[in-house]
Amino acid sequence: MRKKGFLIMCIIFVLTVLSACGNSAIQSSSSSSDSKNQTDKQTESSESIKIGNILPFSGVYASLGKDLSDGMKLYFESVNWEVEGKKIELIEEDTEADPQVALRKLRKLMDQDNIDILNGAVSTAVAYAIRDEVDSKKLPYLASHAGGNDLTRAQRSDYIWRSSFSSWQIGHSMGQWAYDNIGEKMYIAAADYAFGKEVSAAFKAAYTAAGGEIVGEVYPPLGNNDYSSYLTTIGGVEADGVYAFFAGSDAVRFVQQYEQFGLKEKFPLVGSGWLVAEDLREQIGNAAEGAFVSTFWDYSLETEENQAFVKAYEDAYNRRPTIESLEGYDAARVIVEAIKSLGGDVSDPNKVVEAMSNVTFTSPRGQIEFDKETHHVIQNMYITETVLVDGKTENKVIDSVEKVKDPGK
Amino acid sequence: MDIIGAQLVNGVSYGLLLFIITCGLSLVFGILGVLNLAHGSLYMFGAYIAYSLTATYTQSFWLALLIAPISVALLALVVELILLRPTYQLGHLSQVLLTFGLAYVFHDLASIIWGSNVLSIPVPSIFSGSIAIFGQTFPVYRIAVIIVGIVIAVLLWYIQEKTKWGAIIRAGLSDKQMVSALGINIKLVFTIVFVIGGLLAGFGGVVAGPILGLYPSMEFQTLILALVVLVIGGLGSISGTLVAGLLVGIVETFSRFLVPELSMFLVFGLMAIILIVKPNGLLGKKVA
Repeated sequence: MRKKGFLIMCIIFVLTVLSACGNSAIQSSSSSSDSKNQTDKQTESSESIKIGNILPFSGVYASLGKDLSDGMKLYFESVNWEVEGKKIELIEEDTEADPQVALRKLRKLMDQDNIDILNGAVSTAVAYAIRDEVDSKKLPYLASHAGGNDLTRAQRSDYIWRSSFSSWQIGHSMGQWAYDNIGEKMYIAAADYAFGKEVSAAFKAAYTAAGGEIVGEVYPPLGNNDYSSYLTTIGGVEADGVYAFFAGSDAVRFVQQYEQFGLKEKFPLVGSGWLVAEDLREQIGNAAEGAFVSTFWDYSLETEENQAFVKAYEDAYNRRPTIESLEGYDAARVIVEAIKSLGGDVSDPNKVVEAMSNVTFTSPRGQIEFDKETHHVIQNMYITETVLVDGKTENKVIDSVEKVKDPGK
Repeated sequence: MDIIGAQLVNGVSYGLLLFIITCGLSLVFGILGVLNLAHGSLYMFGAYIAYSLTATYTQSFWLALLIAPISVALLALVVELILLRPTYQLGHLSQVLLTFGLAYVFHDLASIIWGSNVLSIPVPSIFSGSIAIFGQTFPVYRIAVIIVGIVIAVLLWYIQEKTKWGAIIRAGLSDKQMVSALGINIKLVFTIVFVIGGLLAGFGGVVAGPILGLYPSMEFQTLILALVVLVIGGLGSISGTLVAGLLVGIVETFSRFLVPELSMFLVFGLMAIILIVKPNGLLGKKVA
């Protein structure tokens, strides 16, 4: 009897460890990719501009961090790691997508490496965690992925500018389009975490403002492994379409099971770009066909800038760029343009953020500029449709919403 | 009414999937008394090996269904012979720690070999269609999972209860010395049972792959579910595991249907209540 009691205690202990910490408990991979100095420290170390990059290189978001980093390096490479006669030095740290770890790494970057500009953060939780430190130490910070609304709203700081996107932009841009093109009644299914809730709330607001009606909502937990019961529920409602927000492995399973449970024939699937992201579609397979999503960049954009970017990326890394690669590429350009306009002098953080805010250029995603009010990027949003090309799914841009500006309220 | 019936089919199918994933863990625990916390990792290896086979080398799900579990069984053999065997006289804690540590080692190994991208195994073409039950569309593959689950349950029950092999195993569980004295190599029996446990874990990985997908830290998520099923069913009882799998599957499916916010809470709540009312689990054997 005592043996059994002991083992039950063991099981409970393990369950607590595993379930309480969720995914973050499972990031044991060694962070050997820490502190990769891109340029030789010995040469001209006083003449170099140091850029700190905090990204997840291990754990669930590892591939996002890597793509973002690769995109940045691609742009820095194109200017020979040099602006205004000064070397660019990129110092990367692995956040493991854990706010506590990120804060520790940030302090290391500030105190030991004396970085001039900070870039990165994939997880919004990480961005929020480092916000106060960045603000009080007056460190210019360019947020290049984390999309939580508050970073450019309640948590806005003089030293934080965001070049990626906000969840509002993602959700809101689909609202009017879905009402015009899909129908008057929609069902919402989104992953139950801050970002999923923000995106679907923005969609809901825009869709109902356009005149549509939300007939039901369901929020499966993040990292859910079986959507059958949700899909059966959705199958029983009267709607014209389903708006879904899922990312990563959740998106793969949801889109596949959406087809397997016969919903694809009933309701068009509408959502955000991550649902049928560039790096997921191969695993999703043909189930992705027919999905309409909103995004701020797509592989298939037929602009000169995008085609050049795609070609350069594929030549350098032998794989397709993802939306994170683009974010890194653009962030690097924002930083380089800002340094250029300062003539290479980055000693005054106020001038650096001022210069950053004035940067405007035609990115592979289209014209971008910063909103001085919200510190957030103003950009075009695109609606894409997933189609079959030679037996494989491809996204195709079918519509665009010009110059979407986050309201910042 | 139809929707209730449809959700019931969902629940049964999910429950039997849980049974397929958990039965190896339960078998090893029931006979060796070892709580194998690396079971989820063996499951994960089954799924990843099947992925590699279907994606690159053979393109055949059926070949993967054959080769992947055998490869995992070989891995289990190595683990039992080299790592686990010396710990049998050390008590339960060392086995719990050893297998939990192994789970982390396997986690890193898998991320080195297969990377951190999301992968999926395509549903075999025979089962790729869907059929209508209760006016709802169901993937044929899920119905196939129900049948496979039942077949495994019957097979395991038959071997354990009706064959000489099962008799030896059951005897070994209650009195190791007596079985050894009868001239049966108990060490060999243990090794074989552990390898069968690995085989079942690998098999579970291949079968669940097309439904649950392959992604970083999938094995820990699986381990949580498997441990919940194990505790509810009663430690070491195959029929208990079957009942618990079905119960958890149905409870989780219906809680997602009725109160989506509480689905995880309800499953753990169920476990807590069963632990209080029946500390040995639903069909757990009473250990003197």
